[in-house]
Amino acid sequence: MKQKYDVVVIGSGPGGLAAAIAAKRAGAHDVLIIERDVELGGILQQCIHNGFGVESLKRDLTGPGYAQRFINEAQALNVEVLLDSMVLEITPERHIIACGKEAGLVELDARAVVLAMGCRERTRAQIRIPGTRPAGVYTAGTAQRWVNIEGYMPGKRFVILGSGDIGMIMARRLTFEGATVERMLEIMPFITGLNRNYVQCLLDFNIPLQLSHTVKRVLGSKRVEAVEAVQVDERWQPIAGTEEIIPCDTLLLSVGLIPENELSRQMGVKIDPLTGGPYVDDGFQTGMPGVFAAGNVVHVYDLVDWVTEAGLIAGRSAAEFALGKRPHPSADEKTCRTKASENVRYVVPQRVNAEALTQRPVKLQLRVLHPIEEPVWVEARNGDDLIARQAERYARPGEMLSLDLPQKAYDAVRRAETLTVNVVRRRA
Amino acid sequence: MEQTDTLICITCPMGCSLAVVHEGQTVIQVTGNHCNRGPRYAQAELSDPRRMVATTVKVRGGSKRLLPVYTAAPFPKSRIFELLAVLRNLEVEAPVRADQVVLANALGTGIDVLASRDLS
Amino acid sequence: MRQYDVLIIGAGVIGCMIARWLSRYELRILLIEREADVGMGASSANSAIVHAGYDPPPGTLKAITNVRGNAMWDDLAGELNIPFDRRGDYVVAVGAEELPALEQLMEQGRRNGVPGMSLISGAEMLRREPNLNPLTSGALWAASGGLCDPFAVTIAAAENAVQNGVTLLTETAFEAFVPGGIQTNRGVFGCRWVINAAGLNADAVMHHAGVRPEFRITPRRGEYAVLDRAEITIRNVLFPVPSAKGKGILVTATVHGNAIVGPNAQDIDDKEDRATTAEGLDEIWRGAHKLIPALNPRHTIATFAGLRACGNARCQTTGVNYDHDFVIEIPKPGFINLGGIDSPGLTAAPAIAERVVDLLKDAGLELKPRRDWNPIRPAPPRFCNLSTAQKAELIRRDPRYGRVVCRCEMVTEGEIVAAIHSPVPARTYDALKRRTWLGTGRCLGAFDMPRVVDILARELGIPPTQVTKKGPGSEFLVRETKSWDEANTDSHSVGAYEAKV
Repeated sequence: MKQKYDVVVIGSGPGGLAAAIAAKRAGAHDVLIIERDVELGGILQQCIHNGFGVESLKRDLTGPGYAQRFINEAQALNVEVLLDSMVLEITPERHIIACGKEAGLVELDARAVVLAMGCRERTRAQIRIPGTRPAGVYTAGTAQRWVNIEGYMPGKRFVILGSGDIGMIMARRLTFEGATVERMLEIMPFITGLNRNYVQCLLDFNIPLQLSHTVKRVLGSKRVEAVEAVQVDERWQPIAGTEEIIPCDTLLLSVGLIPENELSRQMGVKIDPLTGGPYVDDGFQTGMPGVFAAGNVVHVYDLVDWVTEAGLIAGRSAAEFALGKRPHPSADEKTCRTKASENVRYVVPQRVNAEALTQRPVKLQLRVLHPIEEPVWVEARNGDDLIARQAERYARPGEMLSLDLPQKAYDAVRRAETLTVNVVRRRA
Repeated sequence: MEQTDTLICITCPMGCSLAVVHEGQTVIQVTGNHCNRGPRYAQAELSDPRRMVATTVKVRGGSKRLLPVYTAAPFPKSRIFELLAVLRNLEVEAPVRADQVVLANALGTGIDVLASRDLS
Repeated sequence: MRQYDVLIIGAGVIGCMIARWLSRYELRILLIEREADVGMGASSANSAIVHAGYDPPPGTLKAITNVRGNAMWDDLAGELNIPFDRRGDYVVAVGAEELPALEQLMEQGRRNGVPGMSLISGAEMLRREPNLNPLTSGALWAASGGLCDPFAVTIAAAENAVQNGVTLLTETAFEAFVPGGIQTNRGVFGCRWVINAAGLNADAVMHHAGVRPEFRITPRRGEYAVLDRAEITIRNVLFPVPSAKGKGILVTATVHGNAIVGPNAQDIDDKEDRATTAEGLDEIWRGAHKLIPALNPRHTIATFAGLRACGNARCQTTGVNYDHDFVIEIPKPGFINLGGIDSPGLTAAPAIAERVVDLLKDAGLELKPRRDWNPIRPAPPRFCNLSTAQKAELIRRDPRYGRVVCRCEMVTEGEIVAAIHSPVPARTYDALKRRTWLGTGRCLGAFDMPRVVDILARELGIPPTQVTKKGPGSEFLVRETKSWDEANTDSHSVGAYEAKV
């Protein structure tokens, strides 16, 4: 362990691993990853299913297999690693205090920090499911860790709330290990995960799915004994008379993810209420000089491929900062703001420095508010001026969209104070 | 007799909804696909549906209790539970390297089951 | 048959406090608790407030023990090393029509002997708590009100009692009185005195003893919501003007920094029914919004419900017309009877314990002080409250303090192991939660649960499948992942729940 590092990466999921690798490739000498688990890879290690890397690596890998490739590369590049250690505090001067069972209390300094803590799952309280508080109400991710890593089954008969990818993949996984998935309930009128997971996780195994349904309450005092399901109207309000008691011993919650920014908040990084993550620029630098953010800590991604891509950019930028080649975010007047506009929930990055376009195109990523099941334009405008647009076949809230600002947009971006980003029907 | 069924292509995350006109296992026409993997998927799904299978096996002497594994190629869908039963009773010895064969020629299909990761 | 001088039924805050108070004398004391841990009944879910004492009608046991108990809390908290913050409390009047109630309360408080009260203007109140309803018309300020951790006080009192020789048996339920003792699910225990501290079930115990056949405990359910301290900070203890059903729905700070809102008050039949309801949560939010309109229900990190043990005992003081007083009496030789200890029972606990000691003394039980009695219960280290240098030193001494298991509340493996092996051992997840505060943060244990189950299994020497959330029947896990076959899939083990709903 050294006292001072060029780049310290907090977290070793796909975002953190990519950031460390990119920092090394960009010339940073001393790069350290601090990981709270006993091994690298983050949540990928428990995502044992396939489907990772299809977009970027053109390979259909498992989560651990995807992680392995980046772990191998980080090791080959001599990235230092501090495992089984939690970061307790980071100061705005990037003094880091961490501790671990074997490491003891560790204090070190970083020229640049990359925050890559990932995200956490929304809980029962956040979606307000009343009832008792027995054993047997778990988030899907917790159950996944138990089944795939620890080797224990958290129940026999499951009801899963939420049709996101994690929920559907757990439905199949539990079926593989001999459990029964009694029902999957989804409050929205459509499945929120990918169609392919609907086919290969639910349809293949005849797992019943009810859309526009939610859990009204949990029953059972010591262990879950049943849940009461209910149909909801367009405003998600329970429809009286549609209640049904579903006997089960476990309720799994797969009801969304939230960027994990306790550490970012503690150090004073400003958080965008739309994404739940830090405001970042095109190099994923947060509002705090020398502090970068990568992956799900910035906003919740749909595919690991884009997390890796963002991590690579953040790591490269962090190395540039550490080597004195990247300006402070505040010092720069030429940044323009991006603004989520028509049918757009949020846009990342929130700031774009036109100078970045002298090097390479800048990718904006966004999520829509409402599904549009027909061809759309994803467009960025300065007032009425169209700066860039891209065609997509459809727009769904569960799948991110992206828009490349081309290098030729340099002048337009330089002149703009705000880029508004819209997703509109192509026909209109 | 000609029949039309709707299939959702699972080849990539897009998940195109395919209208498949077929006679028995013979595909006559596919619409709704956005690339040429769609018709291929439709044909396979009618004649010999297959899925990638990922699960875990017990591991002896390793830092973890379980080793994640996967099939080297999509596996016949109708035999997945048969495969899982074999894998459930399999125990491997650490250390293991990623992509090492854990079970060769599973159920005589010619498909190997491989380790997903290194495990020491 | 094992023989004791005093046998206490129920290890809630009252039973534990009495055990602790009696442990200073040379007595053989047995404290029995039917649940897997102490403090799991009425003591487990309440507003965590040490009340000043202006609420109970003058002359009632509630008023007397409240004010006396409140005054005892500084020493109590100091000796037991538990969180206690005497930051005062407010009763907030909204609109001019609520102002007269403040004066009545103040007058009642004066008659009860509550120190440090004053009336303040609406403008001043809004200055002190700017988030309050702009229609705030005034407030009663009581400087002696305070915040505590009801789990900590119950557990610490039990630990201190055990340190001083009291025997505590959990998962031991009272069944019947037998000659010279009581019958439990773990056999008969002989004793000279029985103390009924059975909380919600105090009526059943006294009926077994043939005492007060008309006495009934009505469980009065109160629902609460805990708010994320990262989203909103409430610095004060804010009560609305009270109603017939109690002190009303308050908004308060807690010693752990998260604000809580609640409780409502719903009389129910089932003494086990701690379920929250959609209607109840709506009700507490309406109440909370009356005081602080800007509170956002979306910042909720947990909801829970508690049961108050509401009694129907008439106040014994002549001229006082009150039908819900505490029962603290010796109705027959060898039997100390307590009942109806709802709010302000937590505040009053030390005063009630003191009174029980006096009753025993008056009844002729020889109370010989122990020379070696130690009132100090050492607090285990709380990692997140230490300075960096102290943290480093602690990890050097015991590396397990270096592993953070609960990231939201920063609880380490060292703290968990210490709690598992403490004088009143934490043997369940919830027991650890009450001692270390793990799993109470915004992820609700999603991160720590598998890790804590693992530690409990290791430290207790049991398989993870036997680790429970709150005692037998609440196991987290059902089997090992690979331990099944087609002939015995879980789908075959379908139970018949329908009949029970």
